[in-house]
Amino acid sequence: MFMGYSLGELGSIFAMQAFAGLILFSVFVLMSLGLAIIFGQMGVINMAHGEFMILGAYMTYLTSQAFHAFAPGLYGIYFFVAMAVAFCASGALGMLVEWSMIRFLYKRPLDTLLATWGLSLIMQQAFRSIFGAREVGVELPDWMMGSLPITDTIEVQINGLFVMGLTTLIAIAVYLLMFRSRWGLQVRAVVLNRPMAGAVGIDTERVDRFTFGLGCGIAGIAGSAFTMIGSTGPTAGQLYIVDTFLVVVFGGAASLAGTIASAFTISQAQSTMEFFMSGSMAKVLTLLVVVCILMVRPEGLFVLKVRR
Amino acid sequence: MTQALSPRFKNLLGLLILAVLLAVVLPLVLEPFRLNMVGKYLTYAFVAVGLVLCWGNAGILSLGQGVFFGLGGYAMAMYLKLQSSTPEATKIQSTPGIPDFMDWNQITQLPFFWVPFKSLPLSILAVVLVPSVFAFIISYAMFRRRVGGVYFAIITQALAAIMTILIVGQQGYTGGINGITDLRTLAGWDIRTDSAKTILYFVNVALLLGAIVLCQWVRGSKLGRILVAMRDKEDRVRFSGYDVASFKVFVFCLAAALAGVGGAMFTLQVGFMSPSFVGIVPSIEMVIYTAVGGRLSLLGAVYGTLLVNWAKTSFSESFPELWLFGLGALFIAVVLLFPNGLAGLYRSHVEPRIDALFGGKGRSGSRPAPAPAE
Repeated sequence: MFMGYSLGELGSIFAMQAFAGLILFSVFVLMSLGLAIIFGQMGVINMAHGEFMILGAYMTYLTSQAFHAFAPGLYGIYFFVAMAVAFCASGALGMLVEWSMIRFLYKRPLDTLLATWGLSLIMQQAFRSIFGAREVGVELPDWMMGSLPITDTIEVQINGLFVMGLTTLIAIAVYLLMFRSRWGLQVRAVVLNRPMAGAVGIDTERVDRFTFGLGCGIAGIAGSAFTMIGSTGPTAGQLYIVDTFLVVVFGGAASLAGTIASAFTISQAQSTMEFFMSGSMAKVLTLLVVVCILMVRPEGLFVLKVRR
Repeated sequence: MTQALSPRFKNLLGLLILAVLLAVVLPLVLEPFRLNMVGKYLTYAFVAVGLVLCWGNAGILSLGQGVFFGLGGYAMAMYLKLQSSTPEATKIQSTPGIPDFMDWNQITQLPFFWVPFKSLPLSILAVVLVPSVFAFIISYAMFRRRVGGVYFAIITQALAAIMTILIVGQQGYTGGINGITDLRTLAGWDIRTDSAKTILYFVNVALLLGAIVLCQWVRGSKLGRILVAMRDKEDRVRFSGYDVASFKVFVFCLAAALAGVGGAMFTLQVGFMSPSFVGIVPSIEMVIYTAVGGRLSLLGAVYGTLLVNWAKTSFSESFPELWLFGLGALFIAVVLLFPNGLAGLYRSHVEPRIDALFGGKGRSGSRPAPAPAE
């Protein structure tokens, strides 16, 4: 498979594919961080996670349209506003869903799966009715267009770099929130031992609601970032949901560091292989390897010891 | 204990009513087109019945039943395709005697895994064996390592995704996104005529009733009680000395084999097989048929399948926009409000009245509705 390429060309190919892999990695991380919080910390299987992401993407689209119409001069910074809007919209909807549906199902994880699948169908159809079945894209501001040449044969796109920087920031923020703040302490306490956490005065229901909201909000930001590199359709969320769940499970459901590590492994493997075979075969091989590893090591890469 | 209405008698009566409905009432009332459609729905009922055993009784939720349905369906479709790809019928191709889509994809020789499907007995064997062997490989690895519940569901779902991508991607070997189409004859017998379709419908009904009887027998045996015990307190069953994993593997393989039979009947009645019946969406829809009918009731699963599919067809004929809203709401409502589905409603509302009517002893024959499985 390496025939016909010189050593330098091969190096460039790997560098370019690695960069493409890094963009995929960023999307995976943003999507799976939210899911790792919801699934890993709360044990809820949120099949509508992809739709929360798409909600964020549509919010970004709406914001960009609004800036286009009312404040074209400020178009360069619309994305930051859009991200906040996406986070709030997805987060608020997430909290509403937790309050109306999820909180009755904490003892029945498999049933959360079916109920949130129903929710995802409703959201998909709502997107289709409101925004139409066609995919929509946003116009990138000027400073995000183009690419930076690194060497003669390697160049990187600016929007990709931006998405990566954003991912790093969000990952750090989530880390600080979960492991360095009082609220994060409460969340972890509830995860480790719910009755005991309640006994020492933590309002577990409130913690649950905000945790779920935060997870969905991060999915919204993921959707926002997603518009930077691709267009958005009503069913785009479903394409990513299986990958995201595998990322989370592969990383070890309760470990955020594991999630990032497994997102990195899976995205790099997939994008490197994509160059040498068809995209579908690369995906099949990646998923198959992950599934096989999970069969042998079901607890994932990183394990958090929890007494059940 | 009431003289006439013992649970055993009720099961028999329920089965009889279903048999009369499917084999006598529906063929008399429906025109051939609609009957063929009911036949198509009933092939999903095989999966739903398997899921009752696997999910309702043993507590193993599989989101990959579409894979087994597809394997059975493809096994049958491959046989039928080879039947209709005789060298005479395909002489305009650059390589006569192979299926048309292979020719379009520049494949010049029949791939090795297609060769067994030249023979009908081998194909029928494959319909049952391929899904069960596949299920065995998956479930043996996982249940040995005590992977269960949520993780099993996610991994089986990933398998459904992999299977679809694989089938779509390997167009030359599988027919790609269009699937295997243009199927004509089964051992020389034209399956596209109305009379053939009616016969196939009755074969389907007979097989389905057979499957239900088989599952009832499994549930009534000691094995069935171990399955329920395992669902409710797996550790205790293990500590009592039972090999939990083997029981789980068995029930999962049985469900897979049933799904395979359903898939094969689907191919025969509908006349094609495509990846859109394999992936994540159909797999999870099959779970909802079971949930609507009642995850603990075999007969309920059949009614649930018929009802959801009937609703789907009539909704998407008249209000295509509304169908997804309806299906989504159905998912949520079944989970939140009626965890035991139609059968649960029947048991808590209708059955006591029937008992009162016959025996006058109230609820003597009815079991208390069991808690939903996790």
